[in-house]
Amino acid sequence: MNTASQAVSKQPTGLAIRTGDLNLWYGTFQALFDINLDIKQGIITSMIGPSGCGKSTFLRSVNRINERLGYVRIDGSIDVFGHNIYDAGVELVQVRKQIGMVFQRPNPLPISIRDNVLFGYNLHSENRHASKADKEGIVEDALKQVLLWDKVKDRLDQRGTELSLEEQQKLCIARLLPVKPGLLLMDEPCSALDPKGTEAVEELIWELRGKYTILIVTHNMAQARRASEECIFMLMGKVVEHTATEDMFVTPQNKETADYIEGRYG
Amino acid sequence: MGNGVLTETGSGGDFDRRNTDWYMDKVVQALIFIGGISAIIFVAGIFVFITKEGLGFILDRFDFMEFFTSEYWYPAEEEDPEYGILAMIAGTASVTVLAMLVAIPFSLGTAIYIAEFATGKTRETLKILVELLAAIPSVVWGFIGLSIMNPLIIDVFDVPVGLNVLNAGIILGLMAAPIMTSIAEDALKAVPDRYREAAEAMGATRWQVIQKTVLPAARNGLLGAVLLGVGRAFGETMAVLMATGHSINIPGSVFDSVRALPATIAAELGETAVGSEHYQALFTLGIFLFMVTFVINLSADLIVRDTAKK
Repeated sequence: MNTASQAVSKQPTGLAIRTGDLNLWYGTFQALFDINLDIKQGIITSMIGPSGCGKSTFLRSVNRINERLGYVRIDGSIDVFGHNIYDAGVELVQVRKQIGMVFQRPNPLPISIRDNVLFGYNLHSENRHASKADKEGIVEDALKQVLLWDKVKDRLDQRGTELSLEEQQKLCIARLLPVKPGLLLMDEPCSALDPKGTEAVEELIWELRGKYTILIVTHNMAQARRASEECIFMLMGKVVEHTATEDMFVTPQNKETADYIEGRYG
Repeated sequence: MGNGVLTETGSGGDFDRRNTDWYMDKVVQALIFIGGISAIIFVAGIFVFITKEGLGFILDRFDFMEFFTSEYWYPAEEEDPEYGILAMIAGTASVTVLAMLVAIPFSLGTAIYIAEFATGKTRETLKILVELLAAIPSVVWGFIGLSIMNPLIIDVFDVPVGLNVLNAGIILGLMAAPIMTSIAEDALKAVPDRYREAAEAMGATRWQVIQKTVLPAARNGLLGAVLLGVGRAFGETMAVLMATGHSINIPGSVFDSVRALPATIAAELGETAVGSEHYQALFTLGIFLFMVTFVINLSADLIVRDTAKK
């Protein structure tokens, strides 16, 4: 079904995310209905659908950041790499260490670029006395992976919030990498960027393919088509179609998918 | 386009017509302008007044070395009056430092709780309570110092006098805490929520979010809150007059009685002859106080503004 993924992924059959009858309510409003998804490890999967279809909600429940709101109720299960992250014994801190999240609006912290990259590392590192050289190496490695190193290597003490939006978003991706997450969630990572920034960040996402499993929510269908190997179409809190991206855009199986892709609503 | 069209759509060239709205607008603008600058005029007027009253002393009698380095304040001596404010500066400073030691943990703790932990009704109730605390008149605080703290300190620490630095420091700390809490809470609220979300999404615990993200981001605002508290403590008169013991003394411990600068003015001004040397010396004290609190409040304001810009 997806030759692209088999080419790059080491475990093409492994599942990154498997949900079982996932239902989600915000107060009394039900946002997700019986979601059963198998998302493969090592590839980029995109989620598309009109605003309010639940794609961001789904993404945000995969690292449980949704729970900040307090009035969210969840029924069913989400297994990430085979462990149900909603089990009673699960530690939120560990979930969020292994499942990184990139937000719609770049949100670097108002501290130096270096400290932004090391923020997660310092939270989770067992080795509290990592040497300065080690940390410099970590910063360099992470910034190189997001293609930002050459631009910022001489000003690592500058505040992360002073970078351009595109650079901020890259920094937000870079700061997830030092803790070696298995899964990266991206919630419309390019929607606050201009076309050039979008192109640069897409290129970066493509660059990370194979090293990390990536689930990306987008309202931009061209982006889904360019930057993903599998695609999920959601509508009104339900999954309508989940297939290889090429197939979805060439021969959609459902009328709703076809209508959405051709821009008849959205 | 013909002439007929013009006369039908235009109003006939009377572009200079002014109706009552125009005059109303001018009047209101003038009133608002007067209201706006009146605060500045009054402050400047007060400064001019105290300077004028104190000027005679500054020109004829003022001796910089004596004024700031002598610990003897004997303005009522007939023969050779002495005007040294060192002991009073030490008194005010020691009380202010102790007050901040009391107020900073209380106000920061309360502000963090209200801004980051409390929700719904608890939060609203707490905010109202803090406002209420800020509204307690200073003479009431002084009364508490005099009638509750005084015997308590004598009992607990077994000292002869309970009106001392410790008493005034605690009272002043409690007085300054509410306003510091309000400002600190505003500073914490001003930290964008996406910073908290970002830190939480990376696996930070609640305390880590506060300690590593919220507090550094709100640093300037919190510093401004502390400085405003210092200004409040430094300029406070009635409560310190009642709680310090009002005896001129460079304190050796927190159980020594001291006298504060503002309290000196309050206590002595009524007994001096208008225009006398003593009277003018008190006004010079006033100028000094005014300048110190002005600088403290101005820096607090500038620091807070600096955060607001970012």
